Amino acid sequence: MSPHEVHQGEHDATNAYQSLSETTEHDDPRWAFGTGFEDVEAEISAPVPEGTDPADLAAYCQMLGDDALIYSQRLSEWVANAPELEEEVALANTALDLLGQARVLLSRAGHVEGRGRGEDAFAYLRDQAGFRNIALAEQSDDLDFARCIARLLIFSTWRLALLHRLLGSADPVIAAVAGKGVKELTYHRDYAARWALRLGDGTEESHRRMQAGLEWAWPYVEELFRTSDEERRLVEAGVAVDPAGTREEFDAVLAQVLEQATLARPEVAPVGTIGGRSGRQGIHTERLGHVLAEMQSVAREHPGATW
Amino acid sequence: MIPSDETPEVTAEGGHGAVPTTGVPTGAIEKGQGVKRRDWPLYEVFVRGKRGLNHVHVGSLHAADAEMALHNARDLYTRRNEGVSIWVVKAEDITASSPAEKDPFFAPSGDKVYRHPTFYAIPEEVPHL
Amino acid sequence: MTATDERSHHAFEDEFQATIDADQRIEPRDWMPEAYRKTLIRQIAQHAHSEIIGMQPEGNWISRAPSLRRKAILLAKVQDEAGHGMYLYAAAETLGVDREELTEKLIESKQKYSSIFNYPTLTYADVGVIGWLVDGAAICNQVPLCRCSYGPYARAMVRICKEESFHQRQGYELLLAMVNGTPEQKAMVQESVNRWWWPSLMMFGPADGDSPNTQQSMAWNIKRHTNDELRQRFVDMTVPQAAALGVTLPDPDLRWNSERQAHDFGEPDWSEFKAVITGAGPTNAQRVAHRRRAHENGAWVREAARAYADKQAAKKQEAV
Repeated sequence: MSPHEVHQGEHDATNAYQSLSETTEHDDPRWAFGTGFEDVEAEISAPVPEGTDPADLAAYCQMLGDDALIYSQRLSEWVANAPELEEEVALANTALDLLGQARVLLSRAGHVEGRGRGEDAFAYLRDQAGFRNIALAEQSDDLDFARCIARLLIFSTWRLALLHRLLGSADPVIAAVAGKGVKELTYHRDYAARWALRLGDGTEESHRRMQAGLEWAWPYVEELFRTSDEERRLVEAGVAVDPAGTREEFDAVLAQVLEQATLARPEVAPVGTIGGRSGRQGIHTERLGHVLAEMQSVAREHPGATW
Repeated sequence: MIPSDETPEVTAEGGHGAVPTTGVPTGAIEKGQGVKRRDWPLYEVFVRGKRGLNHVHVGSLHAADAEMALHNARDLYTRRNEGVSIWVVKAEDITASSPAEKDPFFAPSGDKVYRHPTFYAIPEEVPHL
Repeated sequence: MTATDERSHHAFEDEFQATIDADQRIEPRDWMPEAYRKTLIRQIAQHAHSEIIGMQPEGNWISRAPSLRRKAILLAKVQDEAGHGMYLYAAAETLGVDREELTEKLIESKQKYSSIFNYPTLTYADVGVIGWLVDGAAICNQVPLCRCSYGPYARAMVRICKEESFHQRQGYELLLAMVNGTPEQKAMVQESVNRWWWPSLMMFGPADGDSPNTQQSMAWNIKRHTNDELRQRFVDMTVPQAAALGVTLPDPDLRWNSERQAHDFGEPDWSEFKAVITGAGPTNAQRVAHRRRAHENGAWVREAARAYADKQAAKKQEAV
């Protein structure tokens, strides 16, 4: 038997029985899909860039990671609830992309912090005040597809603008996440924009619902462009970008989509802060507690368990 | 509907197993009798796995328009692999020959070309398929 | 029907059977007996429904997966199932039905899905046990379908089997991690196996003597093995896997029979099986109501996309 034939035998698609005898030692690439790990794993342990405060960097990785983790958690609520099977696949893909970004960023946070915490310690063992995500990520869209699209459009437009500017980050992990993430977020934004057009310029009902979806999400927009102290310091070190600098791009993209979708830019007041503090400082809306209660329940019920 | 006091016939086929085979309408008979088609049209999907290969038919999906079909095809059939080229064609726009030129006779399913074979075997080079 | 039609009808029938007998594939535009077509539509539709309904019991745990790696795996798995459903509905559509019609039949409970999904998932171990036992049983059923006589179904199954084998592996790997974890985790696995073992055996359907349709399906090369053959294969395959996990299969009659070179095993509770099949399982109503809710809540979205596509097409027309 030639080597080629052996190779084909190993990949005999009809022989699914083989699967159990095959090793499960490491993640099959099929399963790594969406986790992003294969691209950046080697870099997670890269040294902290010169002139950077490790505490600031760890905090920043949590900000970017928590945005992705908490929003992914909300998006995955759509599984088995999407309006069509094709959208099941698309929304789950988006949730997987963001989960993958979160895993890398939280692993990096753990490494930089140097206290032996891994991605799961961050996801499952922090309390509400330890999370640094923006409020938009933690809201429940109550499985209203218009809200889902409104939030995805806002979130992906903003995050894409951030990641574009992070391609040249002095931190190699953040730069790598940006490299992969730009492609992913471009895709998410495209998906959201196309659906915004369909819903905005579809039927009377869908127009009304899409407009309402925007009104629902809009109070959480202002926070996206608020610069935290950690970010301000990291901008100088060439690690972070100032989110305030993405406002112009965000406004231009949204204006273009909304106009074409015959939708109006909402005129609603932003949600307020507490003494100037919000998500980036661990001050959240009432929704996050519920998200964490659910997400962390099994992990916390079994301390010391391995999964 | 299957009356609950009767034991339905059951088959193990259908992948995940035991499902009744009696008293189950197939939808084949009622088709087209004044039922307004409300679902999105069917698109056939062709993928070029890499340069130097032909586009190959890989399956079909539903979408409201061609752009959505392309988007969905990338999600489902290529796992968004970069560098692959995808064609989508509305199934009803395909004209097909009939097997052994028997068209005049096979009324049962030969009426509509959009009932086109799906899931052709594809070359190993096509990634993640 | 004229005499000529009659003759050509017979000629088609002969050719159809000759194609089957030569183990060749029937393709969508080939002539086929109406009964063959209906059998396939029913079977493929039920298979597709099973994939879609099957997303619910596992989807139940995505939000609570106890590690991020497990969450990613489970999310990818459930997403695969949506993909499998789409492949299968597309295969059914080559036989002259629309997916929308089939979905309507599902949510009106006129068509069925696999009885196994009418059981609840109560702990995270169920995610692993579903992968190991339920997907394992599904693979036993599905691998022979890759050689089914109907081309589109067989090709869909090749793709699906490839991915199902990943599903089974992830389940088994989760269970391995759990039995090597805390004593509570190991107990959780055993408790889950106790609940899923018998329903998994029932996935192969009743004993051959009570399965009158098998013969016709085998003559058409839709079915390749009888229910009991597949069930035996599954048991023989699973026993050593259970031993490797260190869990006990809850069947006092299960033992190796050296004469038969196969395992003897007990009889499932067929009265429970009949109850589940006829709609009285633990979650039948919940599963169908969920699917109906998702479908109906999405109606305005699908409508909007159609309306938008129509408007765009009209605009293009005007521009020409």
